[in-house]
Amino acid sequence: MSAELDELYQSIILDHNRRPKNFREMEDATTKADGMNPLCGDQLTVWLKLDGEQITDVSFRGQGCAISKASASMMTQILKGKSRAETDKMFDDVHALVTGHPTGADVGPLKALGGVSRFPLRVKCASLAWHAMKSALNAVDGAATPVSTEGEGPGGEGA
Amino acid sequence: MTAPIRPTVVTARDGRTAVINIGGLDAEQSALARRSDFPLLAANPRLHYLDSAATTQKPAAVLEAIQRYYETSNANPHRGAYALSAAATEAYHDSRTRIARFLGVADADTVIFARGTTEALNLVTSSWGRTNVKAGDRIVVTRLEHHANFVPWQVLAHEAGAEFVIAELNADGTLDMNGLASLINAKTKVVAFGHVSNALGSINAVAEIVALARKVGALTVCDGAQGAPHINVSVDSLGVDAYAFSGHKMLGPMGIGGLVMRRELLEAMPPYQMGGDMISHVGDQHTTWNVLPHKFEAGTPNVEGPVGLAAACEYLTSLGMDRVIEHERLLAARAMEKLSAIPGVAVLGPAIDKRGGVVSFTLDNVHPHDLSQMLDADGVCVRAGHHCAQPLMRALDVHATTRASFYVYNDAADVDALVESVDAARKRFAGA
Repeated sequence: MSAELDELYQSIILDHNRRPKNFREMEDATTKADGMNPLCGDQLTVWLKLDGEQITDVSFRGQGCAISKASASMMTQILKGKSRAETDKMFDDVHALVTGHPTGADVGPLKALGGVSRFPLRVKCASLAWHAMKSALNAVDGAATPVSTEGEGPGGEGA
Repeated sequence: MTAPIRPTVVTARDGRTAVINIGGLDAEQSALARRSDFPLLAANPRLHYLDSAATTQKPAAVLEAIQRYYETSNANPHRGAYALSAAATEAYHDSRTRIARFLGVADADTVIFARGTTEALNLVTSSWGRTNVKAGDRIVVTRLEHHANFVPWQVLAHEAGAEFVIAELNADGTLDMNGLASLINAKTKVVAFGHVSNALGSINAVAEIVALARKVGALTVCDGAQGAPHINVSVDSLGVDAYAFSGHKMLGPMGIGGLVMRRELLEAMPPYQMGGDMISHVGDQHTTWNVLPHKFEAGTPNVEGPVGLAAACEYLTSLGMDRVIEHERLLAARAMEKLSAIPGVAVLGPAIDKRGGVVSFTLDNVHPHDLSQMLDADGVCVRAGHHCAQPLMRALDVHATTRASFYVYNDAADVDALVESVDAARKRFAGA
C-alpha cells in the first residue's frame, strides 16, 4: 500500500463511507439538487434547509465511491449552522484543497480530503456533493439544475 | 498460495464436450505471447495489465511497422504521380489485403477503414439506416450492447419513426434466444448485436441470430470489437451483413478499425462523408462516387493505422488465433474461481464456456472506483464503471462493476495479483 493511497483512504474517510452522516431524504427541505459523475455513473442528491441566510439542516443520498460519500457526509456536518457567505468560502477552500492548492484555511475534518489532490481523477468524486450543494443553494429562488462533474479535470467513459 | 484449480469441462453449443485442462495452470503458467515483445510491459515488469477489453498493449512489431512506414514510404496516397506516393498507396492497399485475410474476408475492398468500431457502426446507421429504415419499421438490439451499438440505432429509430426494441437476457447474462426470436417480426429491418459482450464477456450465437434475422430479411449488424481480437473470426463464414472492429483492441494502434459489409449493400448505400478521394467525378451540380472501398473513405486516409494493424494481425496469427480464446479462458476460469472465494465478491456473467476472457465482478461495500484505485497501487490495471453499457447495468441492477479482461500477454501471476489485491482491499474497507 503506497503512502499516497494511505493518505487518500484515511480511516476517517473509510468511516464516513461505512456510516455516512445525514444520509437521508429531507421532506421539508428548502432546496435540493442532483449531482452526477458520468465517469463512474455516481449520482447523489443534496437537500438544504434554510432559515434566511443560514443553513439549518443538510442531508444527502445516492450512489458513490468512498471519496464522494465521505466528502458528502463531512459536508453535511460542517455546513449545518453556516451562513451562505461562510458556505461559499468553505466551498472555495475545499475545492482548493482537493485540487492541490490549499488556502490554509481551517476546514476541520475535511482536511482529510487533502490526499485527493494526488489523484486528479478523484477530484470529481470529492467535489460532487459540493457542486450539488452549491447548485441547490443558487436555486433557492428557482428550480435547481442537475450538475455534472464533466468539464472538471480529466475523465470520461469509453469502452 | 492456493490449491490447483480443477479441470473445467466445457460443453460446446453443438453438444460436444471438451475439457480445458486447467489443472496444470500454476503461478508459472506462461503467457501466450512473450512479455518482452511488448515494450511497455517489458519496461514495467510489475505491471498487471488487465484492461485489454478497453485497449491492448502494442508489440514492438506494430510500433516498428509504423516507424518504418514513416521512414520509408510516407506521402499522401492516391494522389502524387511520384514513386513515394505510389509507395504510400501500396502500403495502404497492402495493409487492407492483409487485414482482410486475417478477418476471413475474400473481397478486401469490402473492408472499409474507419476510426474504429464506433465510427463503423455510425457509418451503417447513417448511410444504410437513413436510406432503409422507415416509419413503422422495427430495430432490434440486445441488452448486452455497448453504447456504440445501441445509441446510433436508438437515435435512428427516433428519427425514422421506427420502433426500437431490446432483446433481454437469461439470468446468467447470455442472450435469451427465445425472447430474441419473439421480437423479430416481419417489420424488423435490423438486428444489431455484439459478437462478445465487453461488460460480461458473454459470447453470442452469431449463426443462430443470423438465421432468425434472415427469415424476415432483416440486416444483421455485428459489433465485433470484442470478437475479432479473441476469436478466430471468418467474417465471410459468420453470415452477418455487417461486422465492425477496432484495431486498438487487437494489438494495433488507436484510430483505426473498420467495417466489413456485403458488397451489394455497400454499393447501394450513399456515402457516409463527402470530400476528397471518395469521388469519381465532380460536376458543377452533380458528383459521382468512387468505387469501393474509397467511396466510404473521404479525405486523406490514416495510413499508419492500417500499416500497424496489419502487423498486429500477423503477430496474432503467429501466436495462433485458435489458441487466444483458449488461453484467455484458462485465465478467466482461474480468476472466476479465486475471486468467488473472496467473501462479498459476486462474479457476474455466464459460465466459462459461454464467455471470453472478461471477468466482471462486484465486491460488497466497496465501490468499483475505490477498488480499482486500490488495485492500481498494486500495479493491477482494471476497469471500473458502467463499461459504456448503461442499459445492461440497469438490468443487472448495479451502478458499476469492476472488470478484469485478459489477453495474450497475461499469465497466471496476473490473475493471482488481481485476486490478492482485491482481498487486501476488502480487508482494508472492512476496517480489518
